[in-house]
Amino acid sequence: MSGQQVINGLFLGSIYALFALGYTLVFGVLDILNLAHAAVFMLASFVALTLVASAGLHILLALPLAVLVAGLLGLVLERVAFRPLRGRADSNISGLISSLAMAAIFEAIAHEIWGPNVARFPFGTLTDKQLHVLGGVVSRLQLTIIGVALGLFLVLWWLVQRTRLGREVRAVAESPRAARILGVDVDRAIAASFFISSALGGAAGVLFGLAFNSVSPDMGRSVELKGLAVIILGGMGSMTGAVLAGFALGLVEVFVVAHLGGSYRDAVSFATLFLILVLRPRGLFGAPSLREA
Amino acid sequence: MEWLQETYLTYQSTLGYIGLNALLALSVYTTLSCGQLALSSAGFAAIGAYAASILTLNFGQSFPVALLAATALPMLVAVPLGLPVLRIRGVFLAIATIAFGEVVRLGLVNWDYVNGAQGLVAIPQKTSVWMIYLAVALALLLLARLRGSKWGFALEAIREDEAAARTMGIHTTVYKLAMLVLGAALAGLAGALEAHYSFMVAPNGFGFVRVVDMLVFAVVGGTVAYYGPVVGAAFLTVLPEVLRELAPLVGIEPGPLRFLVNGVVLLSVILFLPNGIVSLPARLRERRRARSVTA
Repeated sequence: MSGQQVINGLFLGSIYALFALGYTLVFGVLDILNLAHAAVFMLASFVALTLVASAGLHILLALPLAVLVAGLLGLVLERVAFRPLRGRADSNISGLISSLAMAAIFEAIAHEIWGPNVARFPFGTLTDKQLHVLGGVVSRLQLTIIGVALGLFLVLWWLVQRTRLGREVRAVAESPRAARILGVDVDRAIAASFFISSALGGAAGVLFGLAFNSVSPDMGRSVELKGLAVIILGGMGSMTGAVLAGFALGLVEVFVVAHLGGSYRDAVSFATLFLILVLRPRGLFGAPSLREA
Repeated sequence: MEWLQETYLTYQSTLGYIGLNALLALSVYTTLSCGQLALSSAGFAAIGAYAASILTLNFGQSFPVALLAATALPMLVAVPLGLPVLRIRGVFLAIATIAFGEVVRLGLVNWDYVNGAQGLVAIPQKTSVWMIYLAVALALLLLARLRGSKWGFALEAIREDEAAARTMGIHTTVYKLAMLVLGAALAGLAGALEAHYSFMVAPNGFGFVRVVDMLVFAVVGGTVAYYGPVVGAAFLTVLPEVLRELAPLVGIEPGPLRFLVNGVVLLSVILFLPNGIVSLPARLRERRRARSVTA
């Protein structure tokens, strides 16, 4: 594998990892798959694009604003689609469907506001200066994306491992009932994890839009299932796992495209996903659990 | 009479799709009825659709033979798929079966013999609407017969508490596998009928979005009754047509807003009617009784 491929793989992987982190955070806390995650990813990208193209903001200013909007969308999502279902016996199936309904609503809104076509960031949003690293060429855009992703990983790690809020979220993930008895405001902890999860998904969306310079209402589709592959590979609910698996998937995809051809890229990731689920359901980094498998 | 005929011709295609979607929704329902969320139906439908189309297009086989093959082949695939996969539970089973569906889809995309991503075209039109509804009726009859039988009770027991069912001596794996195989047969048949109804098949018609649609039909209709998925499929297949007709009347331009309404309806059903549309009459009756008591 050449240095250039490693760089491209890491670059792609950092976006997958960010997206999957948000996915796995909600899954770890609620045991629910949030299928609207990809729609938030897409909306955040559009918000950033609009801020840059219409309001003339610098992308490094537009990014945090779009991430904030994504986080707020996460709160809406939790309030409308998940909170009313809490306590229902079939909440992991009905939650799947209500989040899907929200995804349809978000996509329709994006269609209505921005139209169905691919939109692009204005020329020169991030100047494309080339640098030479590891015997390959890396653009400033790629470096910025990897840098932002790494920064967000650190922030998230600090938030979850070192703050009171993070402790509460982890307690709820372990057992909502026990957490409530210990005085944790469960509703608040869940809302917070949705905010963080969607903010991360939104950040991934903005970076994805920048990376491929293409933003469209259905852009979430391509990462939705890959995000699933990443969280399974990394072990459901394991954040370290999601990050490592995200990078792994990025590297594998670049490698497969280079050696087998582009059409096999997705087939390889889903075949791997299937095998992992059958052979080692807790993923590569997940803790053994009594409930699953 | 002329009016009736005209209406029939206008909505003939919708009528066919109601039946096809009902079959696909039932194929998801079979495993749901024993509490398993398996999302492999799109993969099975793809296998059925391609098997039948290859037989009629390339080998000149008759339609009944093609339908039989399209029903049998997914059943054969379901056994080796189900044995390892049905040990996994909950959302993990859902994801594993989604992965199966994607592997089938991507396999077809990369298979040059069936034109890859473009799929097969000019498939002879052999499906009539009555065939679709005959298939739906047979499936419903079978599922109705299960209710109240030893099988039906076993499935219910597994749905309520799998561990307890096993302790009671119910061979849970056999039942779960049987329902997966039955679902595979229904999906394969639906796929074959659809291919010979719309003249074409393409791998991307059998992706993740499609299987989620099937699940939505089943859950919105209601999985408490075997006919729920059919009700859901009918409701959600007709809804976009109705919205398209109604939208200009209330001043909404046709287009993306239609999908918005679709999403809102779906959300409302799942939030306010937990047991699906089929539970609506019972709920209304209950409410009326409550009112007459207080009055």
